Amino acid sequence: MSRSAPRRTENHKINKDLFVLTYGALVAQLCKDYEKDEDVNKYLDKMGYGIGTRLIEDFLARSCVRRCHSYSEITDIIAQVAFKMYLGITPSVACRNSSRNEFSLILDKNPLVEFVEELPAGRSSLCYCNLLCGIIRGALEMVHLTADVTFLQDRLKGDSVTEIGITFLKKLEEKRYRRKK
Amino acid sequence: MRVRSAGRGGAPGARGPGMADTALFEFLLTEMVAELWARDRDPDPGPRGQKTSLSALEGMGFRVGQALGERLPRELPAFREELDALKFLCKDLWAALFQKQMDSLRTNHQGTYVLQDNSFPLLVRMASGVQYVDEAPKFLAFPCGLLRGALSTLGIRSLVTASVTTLPACKFQVVIQKS
Repeated sequence: MSRSAPRRTENHKINKDLFVLTYGALVAQLCKDYEKDEDVNKYLDKMGYGIGTRLIEDFLARSCVRRCHSYSEITDIIAQVAFKMYLGITPSVACRNSSRNEFSLILDKNPLVEFVEELPAGRSSLCYCNLLCGIIRGALEMVHLTADVTFLQDRLKGDSVTEIGITFLKKLEEKRYRRKK
Repeated sequence: MRVRSAGRGGAPGARGPGMADTALFEFLLTEMVAELWARDRDPDPGPRGQKTSLSALEGMGFRVGQALGERLPRELPAFREELDALKFLCKDLWAALFQKQMDSLRTNHQGTYVLQDNSFPLLVRMASGVQYVDEAPKFLAFPCGLLRGALSTLGIRSLVTASVTTLPACKFQVVIQKS
């Protein structure tokens, strides 16, 4: 993969709170701008998508992942390599169907909500971390995989866990990924 | 949004788990700049519209700066002089956020301070050189707010602006507002 800009040899670190608080400020700003929860959710997803399409290059350059042969492998990499690299957490992975194209990432810890006790009043349908869904979706699309990514459960909404569902849809290049029977 | 108040724990920058990868933050900031710019916050596409986007970004930076300023440990009693507060920004705040200190701090001793960072981490990713200088102000609005917010937690009102000469070096100008 060609690199357009000279890379720093070290990967810079920043204060995690800076990232978490900035995200919170963004969500707060969007809540000011949009009355409906679904609009905020859509916007977060859209921004996440934009980020994901660019983040994938950074990820591939720094992670040395091999080509995957199954959706299961891909989901494992998202959970164990990508989430670890960018957010410092490792969600657990579960497969939700026998055709092995629907998966769940279960987030035991979620740094994005570290300073959030509960959703704001009147915002019960807000998917606070919806940026993550967009990021995953955008990143996958850049490697020719289309997927639906949504929050299935959310601790902020009172569920017992926070769960992101990834449903891999028909792939664009079917030949490259043969499913194991 | 109700926020859990954080106690004054250890220095956020000191321990390993308190750090995060810069890339995700930079991408987030880039997307925020792009989105706020593209959106019709103000139908005026000219300088007035620009001003609205910049002030929204600066405003977000301010909120974050306040929250961060409250979380950073610092020696009490409070700073004896204004200059101590600025030094705190240049050394402690900047190091906690970006793992490096400001490279220089100058003042006219009359309420104006110039803080220089020769390699501001949020600008490094933009190609070094002069080509992207026009874009840089959009990315500096947020850090200006950060500084203004942090200063406000120290009881100091200020106006903060920034300028870029050659990427990734930038200067922040802090003018203390007397009430």
